[in-house]
Amino acid sequence: MIALLLRDLKLAFRAGGGFGLGLAFFLIVTVLVPFSVGPQSSLLSTIAPGVLWLGALLACLLSLDRLLALDWEDGSLDLLATAPLPLESVVTIKALAHWLTTGLPLVLAAPFLGILLNLPVPGFFWLVISLLVGTPAMSVIGTFGAALTVGLKRGGLLLSLLVLPLYVPTLIFGAEVARRGATGMETQTPLLMLAGITAATIALLPFASAAVLRINLR
Amino acid sequence: MSIAAKANSLWEYANPRKFLATSERVLPFFWITSAVCVVVGLVWGFFFTPDDYKQGSTVKIIYLHVPAALMAINCWLMMLATSLIWLVRRHHVSALASRAAAPVGIVMTLIALVTGAIWGQPMWGTWWAWDPRLTSFLILFLFYLGYVALWEAIEDPDTAADLTSVLCLVGSVFALLSRYAVNFWNQGLHQGASVMRVAAVTGADSEEKVSNVYFYPLLLCIIGFVLLFIALVLYRTGTEIRARRIKALQARERVSG
Amino acid sequence: MMPDLGKYADTVLWSYAASIVLLVLLLVISVVRGRRVRAEMEKIERRMTRDG
Repeated sequence: MIALLLRDLKLAFRAGGGFGLGLAFFLIVTVLVPFSVGPQSSLLSTIAPGVLWLGALLACLLSLDRLLALDWEDGSLDLLATAPLPLESVVTIKALAHWLTTGLPLVLAAPFLGILLNLPVPGFFWLVISLLVGTPAMSVIGTFGAALTVGLKRGGLLLSLLVLPLYVPTLIFGAEVARRGATGMETQTPLLMLAGITAATIALLPFASAAVLRINLR
Repeated sequence: MSIAAKANSLWEYANPRKFLATSERVLPFFWITSAVCVVVGLVWGFFFTPDDYKQGSTVKIIYLHVPAALMAINCWLMMLATSLIWLVRRHHVSALASRAAAPVGIVMTLIALVTGAIWGQPMWGTWWAWDPRLTSFLILFLFYLGYVALWEAIEDPDTAADLTSVLCLVGSVFALLSRYAVNFWNQGLHQGASVMRVAAVTGADSEEKVSNVYFYPLLLCIIGFVLLFIALVLYRTGTEIRARRIKALQARERVSG
Repeated sequence: MMPDLGKYADTVLWSYAASIVLLVLLLVISVVRGRRVRAEMEKIERRMTRDG
């Protein structure tokens, strides 16, 4: 299992693309927002938590089609499926690798982009916390979407269409935590809900992803 | 008749031929009764019910809005049931029925959204408000789109049936989750918007608000929409079965010829 | 015959029009596709039985 994780991480770093691309995308989206809504700092600080959450979500989405597609193309997915490791854990490892290479950098980059958007000071802490809790769910849900569309030649657009509605609860609660944190309101309820969603998706969704992957590998 | 025997007779319809023969026989009944119910209900509602003292004539929109919204949700539930049947018992008719139902669900969701928006314009002064109900329906609409898109994208029919079924199951859980998330989210923003709705649109169940004058034509419309839905799904499932048969026959021809 | 819809006439008529158009579209699309598929299937079946 660890070997598989290390292999995936190594591949992600070597290929470079997926790793830096998500971050660059996050940066660009954040920079474009003031151009589209105007430079008033009061407006920016109001929408900053939501924009940063949306940016992180889209950056996460961008890297999903590479999650399983490369292994599918060179056939290593077939090998993994016949390996003694259950497919459920393979899928979980894949999601973990995706989170480590995409989600975690986004979480770390978010505060710096928060400065650009004039995020209120108490918001930084809650933004990082909410993203830290929420991004694993995005990786796991994304793995499910990637497993659904892995056999398709042009699955990228379809993948977004399938995955985005599934992201709704995570986005709502995550952005709510960040927004409430930024305005100094209590954040416990949405944070607990967010953590609950993340825990439930990590616990349950790998089974669905593995089932879907088996169907696709049939 | 014992329960087991009844169950057997139900599963007989999993045979495509039997399904086609039976649906052929019952379809005229469903078409006619649904047409009668919808037309009578709508005409009754449109021409022979008084205006509401607060909403004026816009109250007449509920005869379309409420049945469509009901069927939009019921359609997804039906797809959930047929997807489960396909995954457990592998009856092709079941998978094809959920494929056939999805576009009907899309249209019902659209009708509910469009009539709601047109009604909301004079009532709330806006076409669209991020009210929990409205938002959930929009999300439901997105789920329908994704489901149909996945069916269209996959060539192998059995793989497509499997994948869409799993998507339907997972999607149901997330749709439910979204419903609660949206409720929570909008409370955090503005509560006032939904107060007016309660009396107006959901009033079908709260007797004191929607008096019998509105209730009977509405009930008729709902029955009509249910029958129309059944007729459409039966008919479209028949189409899907035949399309599948065409593919099979063509494949056989290519092999033999 | 036409009831007096008051100042909301546009609203009511538009929503009825939109809904009915959508329903009719769905019906027409379903029936057209159904007819075409059925005709094609019958054609192929006839060909198959003729060829043996």
